Amino acid sequence: MRVDEIKNGIVIDHIKVGKAMKIYDMLELDGSDCTVAILKNVPSKKMGKKDIIKIDGNFNVDYDMLGFLSPCITVDIIKNGVLSEKKHMELPDTLANILKCKNPRCITSIEHGIPHIFKLVDRENGVYRCLYCETSAK
Amino acid sequence: MQNLINILDLSCEEISELITVADDIIDNPENYYEKCAHKKLATLFYEPSTRTRLSFEAAMLELGGSVLGFSEASSSSVSKGESVGDTVKTVSAYADIIAMRHPKEGAPLVASQRADIPIINAGDGGHNHPTQTLTDLLTIHREKGTFENLTIGLCGDLKFGRTVHSLIAAMSRYSGIKFILISPEELKIPSFVKEDYFGYTPYEETTSLDEALPNLDILYMTRVQKERFFNEEDYLRLKDSYILTPGKLENAKSDLSIMHPLPRVNEISVDIDDDPRAAYFRQAKYGKYIRMALIMKLLNIH
Ligand SMILES: [Zn+2]
Repeated sequence: MRVDEIKNGIVIDHIKVGKAMKIYDMLELDGSDCTVAILKNVPSKKMGKKDIIKIDGNFNVDYDMLGFLSPCITVDIIKNGVLSEKKHMELPDTLANILKCKNPRCITSIEHGIPHIFKLVDRENGVYRCLYCETSAK
Repeated sequence: MQNLINILDLSCEEISELITVADDIIDNPENYYEKCAHKKLATLFYEPSTRTRLSFEAAMLELGGSVLGFSEASSSSVSKGESVGDTVKTVSAYADIIAMRHPKEGAPLVASQRADIPIINAGDGGHNHPTQTLTDLLTIHREKGTFENLTIGLCGDLKFGRTVHSLIAAMSRYSGIKFILISPEELKIPSFVKEDYFGYTPYEETTSLDEALPNLDILYMTRVQKERFFNEEDYLRLKDSYILTPGKLENAKSDLSIMHPLPRVNEISVDIDDDPRAAYFRQAKYGKYIRMALIMKLLNIH
């Protein structure tokens, strides 16, 4: 694969430098059949340096997770070799199974079948609270 | 279907409706004897709280309904490891409404996601206890006739006292409310409570009950709970920080209302019990009436 030539797929751009592998892991890309290229330390006008992940093929990206990990990320959706859509991430209102509640008094600490859900309560400061016990995520 | 998990699930209008019904129950109890005939309340208490459970059961019985349930986790299927969700799904087949007490925060919310019948949070750890707050609100209404223009002193354990946090949440929605927070340094109100509720509501913090008392319309006393402390020494030192005695009351307003969620340890001297300003035993009775109104609301019975 030539890294700048994707027929149908996505480009996750403006990743904070050094974070590409973390995002690769969080998106569980190792379990996918798609061709994936990770570019690190790419010069960027906006960020100085950045990481980029290019995925060729059909891959369902968890935008909530990307928005939570780094709201400055952009995602280019490539169809038939051209840019069909550019998505800007933002902090999602709800996080499902992305963070785990660390409050030992929370019901999620003893019942493992419950999804860990966090709600955005303060967008400006990016504060999330556990749906169940309302403890803030650090 | 409706549940009551957090006091803020109820709008001020809904609280006002509940209070109107409770007032009517107090005035005309006989009109309510059959309201919940053939309905069943399940009290699922994963930790013992005799007082709260009896209040729920008395409320349902007085409405002509019946009660079933368990009063501690060891006597229930929980001890066999059943999830809260599975338990309430099963109980939904037997009962019409559930009052749940659980040591873990958020358990009643989990229950409400699975149950087919209304869930009332009867206390989830140190988190929420909305029917205590409704009890407090009915007491304030009965004693003061209004929720506006009151100076409310909160005294004792303001750090762990969830009843205090919920009361602040509920009362800061009314106009002209001022809070005076009276506690030792170690038990001051947490910053998250201030951030959440004191945006528009004035408050003062003090360590002196004597100085605060003359200004108060309501004094809400709380107990310092032993189980919140890691060491015995801190508990013993702080538990006697604030004790209300007849001598202290001399400078208080003649129409002060003294409230306490009960049970007390020693923070209110028994010599005050006969003072007309002592509202805490009336408060316990109001707890039954407001739970009657709540059960009817959640069962859509008018
Ligand atoms: Zn939690």
